[in-house]
Amino acid sequence: MASSLDELKTAIRKALPGLDVVIAWTAGPDALSHAPLFITEEADVARIEWDPRCSQNLAGYLPGLRGKKAGIVAKGCDVRSIVELLQEKLIDREDVVIFGLDCQGAVDARSARAALGSSRGVRDVAIDGASVCFSVNGEPRFFSPGEVLQSKCFGCAGADAGLCDHFAGERGLPPQFGNPPESTLERLEAMDMEERLRFWETQMSRCIRCYACRSACPLCVCQDHCAAQSREPHWVDQTDHPREKLMFQAIHALHTAGRCTECGECERACPMGLPVMTLKRALNRRIKDVFDYQAGIDPNQTPPLFEFREVETNIKEREW
Amino acid sequence: MSVTEGKELRIIGFLCNWCSYAGADTAGVGRFAQPTDLRIVRLPCTGRINPLFIVRAFMNGADGVLVSGCHPRDCHYSEGNFYARRRLETLKALLPVIGVDPGRFEYTWVSASEGQRWRSVVASFTEQVHALGSMPRFMSGTSLDLCLRPAVQPRVF
Ligand code: SF4
Ligand code: SF4
Repeated sequence: MASSLDELKTAIRKALPGLDVVIAWTAGPDALSHAPLFITEEADVARIEWDPRCSQNLAGYLPGLRGKKAGIVAKGCDVRSIVELLQEKLIDREDVVIFGLDCQGAVDARSARAALGSSRGVRDVAIDGASVCFSVNGEPRFFSPGEVLQSKCFGCAGADAGLCDHFAGERGLPPQFGNPPESTLERLEAMDMEERLRFWETQMSRCIRCYACRSACPLCVCQDHCAAQSREPHWVDQTDHPREKLMFQAIHALHTAGRCTECGECERACPMGLPVMTLKRALNRRIKDVFDYQAGIDPNQTPPLFEFREVETNIKEREW
Repeated sequence: MSVTEGKELRIIGFLCNWCSYAGADTAGVGRFAQPTDLRIVRLPCTGRINPLFIVRAFMNGADGVLVSGCHPRDCHYSEGNFYARRRLETLKALLPVIGVDPGRFEYTWVSASEGQRWRSVVASFTEQVHALGSMPRFMSGTSLDLCLRPAVQPRVF
């Protein structure tokens, strides 16, 4: 992707004088995941990286930079988060410059590390159609997309190039990977109710309550006012009980209902690898069915739980 | 007076002050026989109901939750129940994923004069929850206890 990286750097160099900061990616401490880079001077531009390891959604930094002129580098899924922030008026369109990218899939660092055995020596990653190639110490190693990419990439619609101020690479064509790997939601659906409860009990017993899932979420903008830490009302108690941790996941899911764009940051950030996006996926599916709505598509749309219709076409209430 | 025989279950009712709570009162004044499993929490409006009330109720051991408010277009605050309807419809997708049977949660509209209707709502919902039995409980104890589950005898509450 050298050419789109060069295009990107040129566009950022040109726009930088009019901006306070540009958020992009640079090589991270780990060879499988790139880290955010906040560019304020031209010398930093050379450090920008762009390849399938740029998994982090940088949109979460934007609300905190409100009032400043910020440029942001965004994959298709990241653009959806930016649109959602615009829909909710958490950022101002005139203050944000979007550098869209032609993304061909993003690496899931955790499964890639497992597949490779280690992240050591990974120099480059390339995705071509049906396979993902890691060059490890000069040797190519091939995997199928389902083994090493993020599951969200399988339903990718590509970036809406029309919303981007600049675009590097071919305009917004989504990658095609065929069938996605089985999701946790599908696995849960095959279980009975008690098994589902036990599933969460077991998963949540591993949660360390670090709230990285919340901190990584671009839509969790409450900062110090998070319901998880309020004493009044006391939504979750401080015991190390799976029930309380699941309660927090329910809070996160319901607070992002109709807003979550399934960017996958909560799962990516979770140090315990817990399938915490599952609840949000279930809510999104319902919101699509009932309100025919998907978050982060149209900046002028109102999220479904911010409004109502007197007559709801798809709501069938129970007859008693 | 229970219409359902045997053990009483824990059913929580979140009712709005203006319609359904008054409707329940009407049912009481009319001395309609009703199952006694329902514990009522009175709220100003269904729009005041955070869907998390319902999740928290289930996590704290409820076997069923019923929400009832004013009929659409009759809300005391004009639009509270319209928002509530959207929120509660959304909530319906969350509960089964965490293991709460969809039959354990319902919402409906009962006006202040509908004592008879209130009676039948309570009776049929209670029956529906009884058909499902009591909700499987979380194990007591912390995550550590759970990791050591084979070693300890978990107490089910
Ligand atoms: S979980 Fe809810 S309260 Fe906490 S930061 Fe996110 S949206 Fe805010
Ligand atoms: S990131 Fe994972 S371990 Fe941390 S609070 Fe969220 S679910 Fe728990």
